[in-house]
Amino acid sequence: MFDSIAERLEGAWKKLRGQDEISPSNIRDALRDVRRALLEADVNLQVVKEFIAEVEPKAQGTKVISGISPDQQFIKIVYDELVAVMGETNVPLIEVDTAPTIILMAGLQGTGKTTATAKLALHLHKLNRSCLMVATDVYRPAAINQLTTLGNQIGVPVFDMGSDANPVDIARLGVEKAKVEGINTVIIDTAGRLQIDADMMGELSRIKETVKPHETLLVVDAMTGQEAASLTHVFNKQVGISGAILSKLDGDSRGGAALSVRRVSGTPIKFVGIGEKVEALQPFYPERMASRILGM
Amino acid sequence: IVGQGPLNQVAVDEIEAALLQADVGVEATDYIIHSLQQKLKEKALPPDEAITYLKKILRDMLDKPLKESGSFSLERGNLNIWLITGVNGAGKTTTIGKLARLAQKSGYNCLIGAADTFRAAAVEQVKIWGERSGVEVVANPSKNVDPASVVFDAINAAKSRGIELLLVDTAGRLQNKKNLMDELSKVRRTISKKAPDAKVESLLVLDATLGQNGLRQAEVFSQAAKLSGVVLTKLDGTARGGVALAVVQQLSLPIRFIGAGEGIDDLRPFSSYEFVEALLGG
Ligand SMILES: Nc1nc2c(ncn2[C@@H]2O[C@H](COP(=O)(O)OP(=O)(O)OP(=O)(O)O)[C@@H](O)[C@H]2O)c(=O)[nH]1
Ligand SMILES: Nc1nc2c(ncn2[C@@H]2O[C@H](COP(=O)(O)OP(=O)(O)OP(=O)(O)O)[C@@H](O)[C@H]2O)c(=O)[nH]1
Ligand SMILES: [K+]
Ligand SMILES: [Mg+2]
Ligand SMILES: [Mg+2]
Repeated sequence: MFDSIAERLEGAWKKLRGQDEISPSNIRDALRDVRRALLEADVNLQVVKEFIAEVEPKAQGTKVISGISPDQQFIKIVYDELVAVMGETNVPLIEVDTAPTIILMAGLQGTGKTTATAKLALHLHKLNRSCLMVATDVYRPAAINQLTTLGNQIGVPVFDMGSDANPVDIARLGVEKAKVEGINTVIIDTAGRLQIDADMMGELSRIKETVKPHETLLVVDAMTGQEAASLTHVFNKQVGISGAILSKLDGDSRGGAALSVRRVSGTPIKFVGIGEKVEALQPFYPERMASRILGM
Repeated sequence: IVGQGPLNQVAVDEIEAALLQADVGVEATDYIIHSLQQKLKEKALPPDEAITYLKKILRDMLDKPLKESGSFSLERGNLNIWLITGVNGAGKTTTIGKLARLAQKSGYNCLIGAADTFRAAAVEQVKIWGERSGVEVVANPSKNVDPASVVFDAINAAKSRGIELLLVDTAGRLQNKKNLMDELSKVRRTISKKAPDAKVESLLVLDATLGQNGLRQAEVFSQAAKLSGVVLTKLDGTARGGVALAVVQQLSLPIRFIGAGEGIDDLRPFSSYEFVEALLGG
């Protein structure tokens, strides 16, 4: 089995021990081990390369502070850089002055969009923001039923037009209904789609053009591998996203996808999903994520 | 990660990048490159044939458990039970729909047991797949039913109706949730106890977009559900599903089917040739 990342990094730090300056020669092995650790955590290869290229000059020439070993200093540099790349803590959802705030959900199949739709609705409900969830997934069997079941659980209404209607129309009429009823926030659940599926990506773009959402959230499974970078890139380029939700973080994946998503999209990870239940939503904490990726 | 051998640094870097980008993982990639270097050295092969040999190494890795595990077929006139397991959202229920269609088309008498009693509308979802494939679904509509009891009912129904293939859908579960894995073990035990003469296949559904956690999934599910094989889904995307290589190698589990779409006919038997070509292709 793979060595634990912590062990591997410890090896890297050991190589630095007993030296009074972090220099190009003693840093090479350590960086190689960081690269390996990040790859084992499923950070995208290209993202790893860029990250290493940025950490290297920061680490080099750093004077060793007495009482702190070079390895401790090195891990701090790597950790700090990870935290910096992953960005702000706890970026809340937008709320516009003239209701309703419109949130569009997007992502690959099975990542957790429908569940996250209900989780967000419950979260806003608790903040006394009234919600309407809109069921535009007319493709997946029982997708509408899934959302209405969740809606009943949390006491949030769901707008649907059955599975014969057009998703763009459903989204538009859902938002209209929210306006008429003075609802604070509309959350539009969408069908899962591959980023290479031109028709489905086109449909998502049309939904976006039609309802002009204030937030478009990409839902990414925390267990995603190298693909995280490419899917984020394409969703962001073709549809445009304002943030991401990292789902299934209650598993034991390293979650390197977080770094890829943040880096490639340049937008914050706003929430993490930590369970199947509708309450299982938390803000994103970059420090925790950095520790997790490094196996600390 | 330079292995010692005939391949130069540029070639090693290229192969390494291709494998890593396909989610093969660092350790398996090291192993593969090392094997390739050895092979080229032993046989004094020119490095420009490296790709051919690399593909052969990968195919051999994938075919080994297929050969060792013996026949994979439905026994006609006998009860076969296929238990479909995996983490949340991997494609289990969709795969059940596709398998039901395949069985139906081949003239097998098939039944589905809806043992995901947890997720919102899971039963409704599998029932729609049952309608689409013309296969009946055994379900228990009451809330929070023990999945093992649904399996119990489904086996009874299968026996009394002379069913040849019973497909069992299970709830998605993350492998680090002990109570959920215990629940799965109970389902697996129920099958052995209740249908001792049935031919059982316990299949893990792996999403091709998965990274290295796939290996951890296979390890834990293998224990809990006595896995006999893997189904790799979502290969219609650009993800290559390379973690399956490590799964196959470390757990000696054969890949049986691949899912390549959301449609009912988007299921194919696994071919190591196709998989390897796609893994290394562009
Ligand atoms: N453990 C865990 N499971 C989750 C989480 N979020 C979603 N799930 C589960 O993941 C599976 C897929 O979730 P859905 O919400 O249906 O995903 P989706 O993106 O809407 O799927 P499609 O509509 O088919 O594309 C379900 O079994 C959910 O219960 C999470 O944070 N943790
Ligand atoms: N592109 C593509 N999508 C697939 C494939 N297999 C399943 N899906 C989609 O993935 C999503 C999840 O599929 P399900 O069959 O519901 O997955 P599951 O494992 O039963 O999910 P849970 O029961 O919630 O754990 C759905 O949107 C499916 O349409 C595939 O081979 N390719
Ligand atoms: K693919
Ligand atoms: Mg959904
Ligand atoms: Mg299912």
